[in-house]
Amino acid sequence: MDRVNVEVTPLPGIGVRKEFAIRGGRRIGVVTHRDGRIELIISKSDDPDACLAELPLTVDEAGALANLLGAPQLVAQLTEEHRDLPGIHTRQIPVGPPFDGRTLGDTALRTRTGVSVVAVMRAGQVHPSPTPDFTLTAGDLMVTVGTSEGLDNAVKILKRG
Amino acid sequence: MDHTALELIELGAVFFGLGLLGRLAGRIGLSPIPLYLLGGLFFGAGGLVPLSGIEGFTSLAGEVGVVLLLLLLGLEYSAAELVTGLRRSWTAGILDIVLNAAPGAAVALALGWGPVGALVLAGVTYISSSGIVAKVLSDLGRLGNRETPVVLSILVFEDLVMALYLPILTAVLIGVSLVGGLTAVGISVAVLAVVLVVALRYGRFVSALVDSPDREVFLLKVLGAALLVAGFASAMQVSAAVGAFLLGIAISGSTAENATKLLEPLRDLFAAVFFVVFGLNTDPASIPPVLGWAVVLAVSTTLTKLATGWWAARRVGIGSLGRARAGAALVARGEFSIVIAGLAVGYAAVDERLAALATTYVLLMAVIGPVAARVVEPAVRWTRAKRPSTAPAPSAGN
Repeated sequence: MDRVNVEVTPLPGIGVRKEFAIRGGRRIGVVTHRDGRIELIISKSDDPDACLAELPLTVDEAGALANLLGAPQLVAQLTEEHRDLPGIHTRQIPVGPPFDGRTLGDTALRTRTGVSVVAVMRAGQVHPSPTPDFTLTAGDLMVTVGTSEGLDNAVKILKRG
Repeated sequence: MDHTALELIELGAVFFGLGLLGRLAGRIGLSPIPLYLLGGLFFGAGGLVPLSGIEGFTSLAGEVGVVLLLLLLGLEYSAAELVTGLRRSWTAGILDIVLNAAPGAAVALALGWGPVGALVLAGVTYISSSGIVAKVLSDLGRLGNRETPVVLSILVFEDLVMALYLPILTAVLIGVSLVGGLTAVGISVAVLAVVLVVALRYGRFVSALVDSPDREVFLLKVLGAALLVAGFASAMQVSAAVGAFLLGIAISGSTAENATKLLEPLRDLFAAVFFVVFGLNTDPASIPPVLGWAVVLAVSTTLTKLATGWWAARRVGIGSLGRARAGAALVARGEFSIVIAGLAVGYAAVDERLAALATTYVLLMAVIGPVAARVVEPAVRWTRAKRPSTAPAPSAGN
């Protein structure tokens, strides 16, 4: 995997800017304010020094965005590893409101569907091999492995409880 | 009417009026500082509605305002940020001093105000308003821009320079001998160095001293410490404001953040009083005679700040649009110019027209600054479109 070179620039009195240049040359990154506010920044195409937008994000929004960007990568990686096992699929499943604040054990996914939870993605962080007492939050993404039938059932369970 | 009742009514009217002015400023996207000054001019000596009886309170409250302005400035920066800022921007910082102090000094000499007046006015025209600049940068969505760290590190440098300048000015104003002046400078350099080292190494102990989980206790401790340090600094003739600034630097981490949150409303209140008091003590009739000079200074120091920002941004390889933005962002002058002028007013060595000139200058610059920051980009694009042959596109363009 290519590593990106993240540039960290202190902004005295304001916070820190972390950014990197994407292949097209444009910069993308975040400004983290002292008080924890986060802004997503994307540079302009005609003026690389300036920013097209500074989008203020709440902690939840930043987490959701991080999940969207991070989870497919993990799924792709796992799918690649399971390619030799026919009938086994990897899928990311969002945790619905019924399980907000409840544990992984409460979902009884393995008993009900035969599906294994490989990891839980939250706010862009991977929590690998979660134990049954792992507490879930609505908006978490579960990275699961199982048969396609089992995975379909798991989607329903996590959505409706 | 009872004496106290009258004072309360006057004070209430002043604060309420300031509130309305502040709201107006927010509506039209301006810093409230010029409007506070105008409010002061409107009320005070020679103004339409002379106030009487509240001077005792307002003058002390104004002093507290200066202490809080500088304390919060210090809280905003950690010692590590100051040291990196200093390392990274000292060349640009020195150019900034030379270019922007010179017009003030020259005008003061031309008006025959002597070396002391020159020193004061040089300070007034040198220092950008970090409050206005930071607000403009964040309002215009420029925090992610590449030139923004350049602008911020120049501001950091200016604030450090101020920590040296204010004690020197204080010493010169009270007319100490050369040796006495050098002692004051020596003391302030030594104290600044010690505070930076202490804050870098042992900042948490200073923080622990004032920190408290209880909001009320914390507020009283921080405010008390600031006024104590400011008072002792003043007694040692090193300028009260600088004492508060250094205390602010020494307090760091989460303590600094919490202190900022707690003290911000207090600073806004007392600083508003300070600006009003400055306006109150300036006779509006004294403004027209200095208006021409104020305009000359405004034009020349707008250009010199533009040049400073342009040069500093070019040094780190930023395109011409970004250079223009960096220059324009620095144009605004505000609170600290008034702090410097406020320190000087009333001393025999200083011409009395200085207050009027400083007021007029800041009134102009606090308005020109944000406007310049806004219009610079369209202006540069427009001139480029007009003269495509003479203004080549930046190398990284398209």
